[in-house]
Amino acid sequence: MHAIEKILAQASGKSSVTAGEIVTAEVDVGEVNDLYLQVVKSFYELGGTRVAHPERITFVFDHYSPAPSIKAADNHKQMREFCAKMGIEALFDIGKGVCHQVLIENGFVAPGSLVVETDSHTTTLGALGAFGTGVGATDMALILRNGSLWFRVPEVMHIVFDGALKPGVMAKDLILHVIGVLKQDAAIYKCVEFSGSTVSALPVEERLVLCNMSVEMGAKCAYIQPDQKTWDYLAKYGITHAVRDVSTDPDYRYSEEHHFDASAIEPSAALPGSVDNLALVKDQSGTHIDQIFIGTCTGGRLNDIKIAAEILKGKKVAKDTRLIIIPASEVVFKEALAQGYVQTLVESGAVFSTPGCGPCLGAHEGVIASGEVCLTTSSRNFPGRMGSTDGKIYVVSPATAAASAISGTITNPRSLLKK
Amino acid sequence: MNTIHGLIYKFGNNIDTDQIYPGRYLELTEPDEIGQHAMEGADPTFHSRFVKGGVIVAGTNFGCGSSREHAVIALKNAGVSAVIAKSFARIFYRNCINLALPAIMIPELDDYRLAEGDDIEINLFAGTIKSSGILHNFPPLPENILELIEKGGVFALYKS
Repeated sequence: MHAIEKILAQASGKSSVTAGEIVTAEVDVGEVNDLYLQVVKSFYELGGTRVAHPERITFVFDHYSPAPSIKAADNHKQMREFCAKMGIEALFDIGKGVCHQVLIENGFVAPGSLVVETDSHTTTLGALGAFGTGVGATDMALILRNGSLWFRVPEVMHIVFDGALKPGVMAKDLILHVIGVLKQDAAIYKCVEFSGSTVSALPVEERLVLCNMSVEMGAKCAYIQPDQKTWDYLAKYGITHAVRDVSTDPDYRYSEEHHFDASAIEPSAALPGSVDNLALVKDQSGTHIDQIFIGTCTGGRLNDIKIAAEILKGKKVAKDTRLIIIPASEVVFKEALAQGYVQTLVESGAVFSTPGCGPCLGAHEGVIASGEVCLTTSSRNFPGRMGSTDGKIYVVSPATAAASAISGTITNPRSLLKK
Repeated sequence: MNTIHGLIYKFGNNIDTDQIYPGRYLELTEPDEIGQHAMEGADPTFHSRFVKGGVIVAGTNFGCGSSREHAVIALKNAGVSAVIAKSFARIFYRNCINLALPAIMIPELDDYRLAEGDDIEINLFAGTIKSSGILHNFPPLPENILELIEKGGVFALYKS
């Protein structure tokens, strides 16, 4: 069995499972974000009176935080009241950060955990050897009511990266390349496992980016085998043990394998419209940018802000370009402050906003106007994702975003490194 | 529920949930209000031209992107009676089952030659689609899912 299958088997009280099988598994951690007042409504519609395991349920206010409208404020209010009534103590209110990062930092995620969140990017947690998957409101209401949910055991697609990265190339470039080659429906309902010498060499923060963006190929979950780097990272948040066996048997057969030479990958971009619309940054250079956004669960961690600060130190953001930076969490924000990155970036002309999802989903904190061009380190560039349907969104790495801020046009970060 | 009858509304591949239900409306919680914005990101005229009971016919990976259940709620409240696609994104498909919106996956949909604005008749139990006088067969949904759809979704299961 694959480690992911073992997690599902153990969580559903079975000795073994196979791909395609439907199991009912106990959920270790459920998370509801602030888009989902529907979860509370559905819980009551399902006849719920008390939450099965309040200690396993978390609420994170990240998508509309702080509340940009009366409606959003009222949703927050009703969620706070629900948590108080149901004895749910893990309510992370405004400014704590994006749900996935908040759960990791607060010790809710260990290798072998089964974590379900009302957010598609829950695949992120696979980088820590956990089974993380997203669901809608009704499924989450069922978890609140019953403590369990049905899952189809997924096939596993194996993606192997070998080779050393070129300077200026980041995990975002790797995953944009993969999505561009395999296309955005390549992994529907599958688990995507990443391995190889490149992945072993990546810091955990970068591995989280690979797993996060797997959902842009349709993945149900993602997986990276925990190693010493994983344990060193998790130790900061008090996690020292796997909660279940996370080993893949030597005779396990992947449904498909794809090998990539990471040393050949250049800074990449997803052109406006879809995440698999792959192009090289160097071929897009010169395009004027109105707004740059560095942030989110796939581009707002300390490593991302550090790289932006290194590139922008002593430089200014171009006059006709806005640079918005939103740390993925309060913990990230504090570390960035302590390291001096925030000071450096603000002096360059960057604008900081509250830790959370920011403008990624077009709700607040920097939506774009018709005809505007935005370069973003977030995950999606669907039409209208970040505001006007007539806005253009390019998904890039933090290095490309920061390099482009100086000129106000799309710029290959490698061109700065050579000087 | 046995037979669905309506007009065809066609869309392409990779219609994501931001196109089905734009993020700027996610704070809405009233069903009717949500329904007015269905498909707005893909076609701003959809609400004004859509005739209740209509069927969405799309390409691959319908419902990709965000997990928002609003996407299914919006389609249902707009009066969409079924979605036929070559393939569906996972979370959207689960949400459809839970809320009893028939989601029919037909990889060889191109052979069916379903045209925008034509009449379509779907029999979920028999696994048949009739349009322009031509009858097509598709593998019916599993029995437990058909039962769930017939009852009106997962809510009905827990109420009974």
